[in-house]
Amino acid sequence: MTGVPLIEVEDLRIDLDDGSRRVAAAEGISFRIDRGETFGLVGESGCGKSITALALIGLLRQPLSIGGGVIRFDGQEIQHLSAARQRDLRGNRIAMIFQEPMTALNPVSPVGRQIAEMFVLHKGKSWREANQLAVEALASVRVPAPERRVNDYPHQLSGGMRQRVMIAIALACGPDLLIADEPTTALDVTVQAEIIELMRNLCAERGTAILMISHDLGLVANVCRRVAVMYAGRIVEERGSADIFRAPSHPYTQGLVASLPRLGSRAALGRSRLKEIAGVVPAITSFPDGCRFNPRCTQATDICRTVAPTADFLEAGGLVRCHHHA
Amino acid sequence: MKLRANLIIGGALFALAILVGVLAPWLAHTDPVLDANLLNAEEPPSWTWWFGTDDQGRDIYSRVVYGARVSLTVGIVSQLINSVIGVALGLSAGYWGGWWDDVVNALTNVMLAIPSLIFALAIMAVLGPGLTSLLIALGLTNWSFTCRIARASALSLRSQGYVQAATVLGYGDLRIMITQLLPNMLGPIVVIGTLGMGSAVLSEAALSFLGLGVRPPFPSWGSMLSDARDQITTAPWLSVFPGLAIFLTVLGLNLLGDGLRDILDPQSRSRRT
Repeated sequence: MTGVPLIEVEDLRIDLDDGSRRVAAAEGISFRIDRGETFGLVGESGCGKSITALALIGLLRQPLSIGGGVIRFDGQEIQHLSAARQRDLRGNRIAMIFQEPMTALNPVSPVGRQIAEMFVLHKGKSWREANQLAVEALASVRVPAPERRVNDYPHQLSGGMRQRVMIAIALACGPDLLIADEPTTALDVTVQAEIIELMRNLCAERGTAILMISHDLGLVANVCRRVAVMYAGRIVEERGSADIFRAPSHPYTQGLVASLPRLGSRAALGRSRLKEIAGVVPAITSFPDGCRFNPRCTQATDICRTVAPTADFLEAGGLVRCHHHA
Repeated sequence: MKLRANLIIGGALFALAILVGVLAPWLAHTDPVLDANLLNAEEPPSWTWWFGTDDQGRDIYSRVVYGARVSLTVGIVSQLINSVIGVALGLSAGYWGGWWDDVVNALTNVMLAIPSLIFALAIMAVLGPGLTSLLIALGLTNWSFTCRIARASALSLRSQGYVQAATVLGYGDLRIMITQLLPNMLGPIVVIGTLGMGSAVLSEAALSFLGLGVRPPFPSWGSMLSDARDQITTAPWLSVFPGLAIFLTVLGLNLLGDGLRDILDPQSRSRRT
């Protein structure tokens, strides 16, 4: 890790203001992504991974707001930039694709025009040039017959094709960072694999870093070089993705890895139950004291119930936030 | 195919009305104002007088043809003003929300609470009768429905994935409103717009009937109806033909609105092809 990281988040805190009081929906979030790197953020619903992404692109809306910390993009602090400057970053240098390719495209506008608009908006191209570039962009995401497809409306495309179009739009301006928020959840498994492959190849070709957000640890570990696991608004473990599978340190990560079905294992054949993590994620307004995972943790001791663990750096690289980590 | 029929019949009626208005000098048999001849007073419809003549001997056919100019100008221009005001206020209110939304809502409620014809009457009373004041009066008083619909559409569209995606992709507010929200709400706006044109034609007729519209002796369909009401039993053609003209124009506009809605919806567009 040398040079200026592409994006560096330090001690980010995201507040939820419910009118009478402010609670931290996420806190102590720190990570860095280098140029061209792939980084995964994994966690259950409501653990704060999506709002972390929104904070990065400056789109937190009431009742959420950034309560503290620093976000540096390419060495420059961006959390206090004016709305117009943040808008220049969005789509141009930081792009994002969403979970729902069904709804993320404007239904009344041909897909080619939607891609072309990015070139007009961020690169100052004329519509004529932009339309030409849109055909090329569609071709680059391997949509067959792109010169005809540019005139199609989103409803004429399948889910996989729409997600390809989304990727084409997101990568149109050659962003430095692509945030993918559950990019394949709404797709068939076979299409999923194609889309992930496509996204990974395109980003590798262009040196675009990926921040992938998902609840699917297997998928993220497959795509990303490093993975951070979030639980209840905190990053509990951050490791290389091979390490996290081989030797998870945090009890929560251990639970996640143990709960993955494995092909050919007895659990997958239905003869025994998959391992699960007992209990549910606490609500944002009632996070437990100490380690937030302690009510569900099998290894919890007294210190876990009173003192929040700090981040320990592991010798093999990465960090873990647990009093008893292996 | 039924949908197509709407569009064709409605479009044809509306186009016919516009054509008649534009070509009035060539279509009319006589000058609508000057060619009064008491010798021909109250002639029933015949080969010479297609729609009959009025009590001053003026040709009703020619007057109806010229009347199209007033009615259509008022219908189209005043509804355009209404649509622009309604969309601008409703769209921005729905998208931005907050205090601006409250202000627009209050204004809309006030407009809805006052009967628009009464409001238009009040404006006409200040501005005085005439075509321009008619346009202003009707253009300022009928935007509340458009505004309501634009606001409701903006509210529901605002949370759509593609609108959020546009935000994420760095679109500015104005660009989002114009490229993402407006095209998606155009269907209902156009439908309301054509219906509004129909009702503006009717309002013009009502205001002219009350003597506040276009100044006599220049013909408008409403003022012709107004003049004809004394003779409705003795010379029914005086009221039937202007009435029929209003009826066909409003019907055409309504059918056109339906038909346009169908082609503005891209999903139904591909169903047909």
